[in-house]
Order: sequence, then C-alpha cells, then structure tokens
Amino acid sequence: MFSRADVERIARLARLELTNDEKDLYARQLADILEYAAQVQAVDTADVAPTALGVTGTAEWREDRVAPSLPRDEVLRAAPAADLAAGLFKVPRVLGS
Amino acid sequence: MNAAGIREGIAQGKTSAVEVCRRSLDRIDAAAALHAFQHVDRDGALARATDLDARRQELTRAPLAGVPIALKDNMCTTGAPTTACSRILEGYRPPYDATVVRRLRDAGAVIVGKTVCDEFAMGSSTENSAFGGTKNPWALDRIPGGSSGGSAAAVAAGLVPIALGSDTGGSIRQPAALCGVVGLKPTYGRVSRYGLIAFASSLDQIGPLSQTVRDAALVMNVIAGHDPLDATSVDVDKPDYVAALTGDVRGLRIGVPRHLLRDGVEADVTAAFDRAIDTFRGAGAIVADVELPHASLAIPVYYLIATAEASSNLARYDGVRYGRRAPADTLTGMYERSRGRGFGPEVKRRIMLGTYVLSAGYYDAYYLKAQQVRTLIRRDYDRAFDRVDLVAMPTSPTPAFPLGERVADPLSMYLADVFTVAANLAGLPGISVTCGFSAARLPIGLQLMGRAFDESTVLRAADAYERETAWSRERPPHYWS
Repeated sequence: MFSRADVERIARLARLELTNDEKDLYARQLADILEYAAQVQAVDTADVAPTALGVTGTAEWREDRVAPSLPRDEVLRAAPAADLAAGLFKVPRVLGS
Repeated sequence: MNAAGIREGIAQGKTSAVEVCRRSLDRIDAAAALHAFQHVDRDGALARATDLDARRQELTRAPLAGVPIALKDNMCTTGAPTTACSRILEGYRPPYDATVVRRLRDAGAVIVGKTVCDEFAMGSSTENSAFGGTKNPWALDRIPGGSSGGSAAAVAAGLVPIALGSDTGGSIRQPAALCGVVGLKPTYGRVSRYGLIAFASSLDQIGPLSQTVRDAALVMNVIAGHDPLDATSVDVDKPDYVAALTGDVRGLRIGVPRHLLRDGVEADVTAAFDRAIDTFRGAGAIVADVELPHASLAIPVYYLIATAEASSNLARYDGVRYGRRAPADTLTGMYERSRGRGFGPEVKRRIMLGTYVLSAGYYDAYYLKAQQVRTLIRRDYDRAFDRVDLVAMPTSPTPAFPLGERVADPLSMYLADVFTVAANLAGLPGISVTCGFSAARLPIGLQLMGRAFDESTVLRAADAYERETAWSRERPPHYWS
C-alpha cells in the first residue's frame, strides 16, 4: 500500500529526514495503521457535521488590548543561534550564495 | 503522604515546608531506579520551601502551602528545563510558566521537579521517552502506563503527594490505573493549557494525579478556571470541588456499557470492575445498562485526529527558535535534519501518519471522516447522559504489561487506550481510581466519566468509592514512606 516513494513524499511534506531503514519501517507500519483506521470509512456519516473541538460553541469575542509579551532577549537566548543585539534568530543563508 | 495532611501539619507547626520538601527530595533520590523524574530542582525547591516557612503567617489560606508537587515534563516551567522528553528540546529552558504552574506556585506549592513521559506525550507506556522510560513501582519489569508514567509512578511510590499530567487519549487515567493512583482528566476547556507543549489541541487537557480523590479535588480548586491566555479555556462557574465530596451516592445513576466488556478485557479486570459496580449499588447508586454504539470506532478516530493535529503542532520544531539544531547548508536541509534527528521513532511515525491524512486527496477520506464519526461518538455520550449521571468502565483492558512487550507493534500499543480516548473525543471529564488487583498483584483502575463541566459528580462518586473500599491504601513494594 505504501511504496518507498510514497513515504519519501510524505516525509518531504513533513520536512523529516529519514534513514532508509526508517522509510521501510514506516512504509509497513503506516499501511497497517491505515488499514485498521479505514474502518471509519464504512460508517454512514451523511448529514453529520464534523466535530473539531472537544467542547463547541464556547469561543467569545474580546477586546483587542495591548498586553506585555515575553522578554525578547530571554526568548532569543533559548534559540540554537541568535543575534541578541540585532534581535534576530539566525538561520542558514536563504538568499543568494 | 497526602497534600491535605501535609498542609495541615505545616499550618499547625508540626512540620515545616523545608522538612517536607527535604523528605520528598530524599525519596526521589532513593527511588532513582524507578526513573520517574527527568529533572529534580533540589536547590530551587529548598529555596522556595525556606521562603514559604519564613512567610508562614501570611500563607495560612494558601491551599497548597508547602506541598511538594511534580510536573510532567511537557509543562513550561521557569527555572527548570522543559523537554517533553524529546531530544529536539534537550536543554530548553522556557522563559515563562504555564498557567497551571503559576497557579500552583500562587497556591503555595513547591515544584520539586519534572517527570518522565513519552516523547511529546505520545505513547501509552512511557517507553517513548528519549531519555529512558519509567518503571512501575508495583513491578519493576512492567511499564507504568503512559504518557504521564513518571507522574503516576512518582505518586504511587510516595515521592510526591501530587503530580500533574496531561491527557490527550488517556495519558493521565491509564498510568494512574496501572500504578494504582487517582488520575483525573477534566472537561476540555476546564483547565488552561497555556504553556502545555501541544500534542493534539482539540484533545489535550491537564489534570492531577494523586493518592486520594480529595487531593485531586484540592488541586482542581487551584488549577481549574478561565484563562484568557488559552482561547479554548471556558468561562463557566467553578464549584468548590472539595466541598462536593459528600460521600453520598444514593440515587446517583451509573451507566455501564456492558457490550464493551465482552472482548479483549482481561478476566481480572472484568471481575474487579463488576465488584466496583456492586459496591456502588450497595452504597445506594442506581446502575443501568447504556449503549455506546460507536465506541469501537474511538481508537481509529482518535489516531487519525490526534496524529493530524500533532503533525501540525510539531511543525514548530524547526531548529530555529528553540531546542536542538542539526547543521546543514540550506534552510530546508536544516529543518529536515533537525527534525529527523531530534524526533524519536513514535513521534516521526505520528507526524508521517498525520501529514498523510491531511494531504491532498486523503483529507476527506480520513480526517474529515474521523471528525464526523467523532460527532457520532459524542452523541452516544449525550444520549447516555440523558439517562445516567456517570458512565463507568474499566480504565484499561489489562493491568500493566511487561516493558518492551508492545514497542515493536504500534497498533497493539494504541489499543491500550481503548477505554480512555472517548472522553477526549467527546471532551468529557473522566477519573481513574483503583478498584482491585490482578492475580499478579498489579493495580486495576475503574473509570468514571461525567457530563461536560461536571467534575463535581465524578469526584464525589470516586471519593465515595474510595471511602467504601481499602484499595487506595494499598502500597506498592517500591514505596518510600
């Protein structure tokens, strides 16, 4: 049901680098799990609205008020690479090279 | 060791917060073989206890003054690492406290450390922790349940009177059952998740694990309630949960879905469950059969919805803002490598499954369909609660299984949640209390589910059961007193 190429396509969507062993393992296991999960498809759900949250109809409007946010330096300090003085996270070069 | 007693002892000057804290820390050290803790904040806890002792007079009203509490390692805590037991968050120190942590601190609690869990709370055995799993205090060769296994083991072994866990598909109730303690999953929206590391946002709830139902009620009085920082937190009246514990279940209507107990449930579990129902009948409750026609679909629905939401929630771990980064030449390569190396096997499996069911061409067949069946499951419970006040069933179909038994077969691990996922899908409160032991002397849990926002009835019935029986006073072979 799942080829190596299928697994690679999903992994690319999920931004996951997988080893070849992982690809083979997941191809097998995802097929098993989906075969089991497919039993939901036999249920008649005509005119049944989907449930998206555990408890519905509770969201309310609130005023848009300014409130303190997290201290920038502390947030940046938790990053693998950041420039505190500039207030920026650092990532590999994105433009040009 | 219970919180109510500790608080009273400190208030009466019979003991001090420092003494209680030191005793808890010493037990945690002595119980290192259980590996219940991912991080112990010895210095921070003792400093906090010293401060509480100095301010004893002003704290007489603080409901948890001097009570040592452990937190599952997926709740953001300043002053301690928070990793969700994942390599990708190794060493992460959050710049803020989760709302539950802030509320516990305001109530006078002493946070002693962070407990081991399945990575990102994904699992039913705590074996998916990237830093080693937890052992069951009743039998060291068995799993403690999961994903809040460290919290359950810590309470069962007497290391702390209370721990917080999170429950997405049973992760508080199932380990509570398997370790022989009390575990409550509140109604969706009852307790703020601000600062909880998200797994599946339409299902996640935070709740207490404790040795007594009274302690669970005490914690609920502190952590429940509306929080503007969590948009799903609901602004409804919060009753006094301790005051609700009247011990009286006369006339209470308890529904039993007999049709669920026929297959796949171990005989010891069924026998203990039947005796528990008899106990309720004897105490004046009215027992009735209820039908939950879509119950067998709860596991597939749960694993479709939870993985879809997880794949979306875990997109944030990209090696940029927190945690570990694996170097690569390109930005995309950095994302892929950081995630590939930072996540463990079960987390990757779920991200893959969730990405697939949300991807173009499969969304309607899997994700939308699962959400529709979720509605049918919810309606089953709505109908049941027209006739009864509580629905009772075992918490887990088996007692604690051996370490390693189900690791290679994800589907068999998923089936451990067969009785617990429905409460999350329907957003309902559920509690697990010990209702007996297997022939091998492993605890068995009774689950009671209630109407949305009716934790009071759930706690009242569980407390009444605890008074009628002696199970909650049984101690495991690995217990520190």
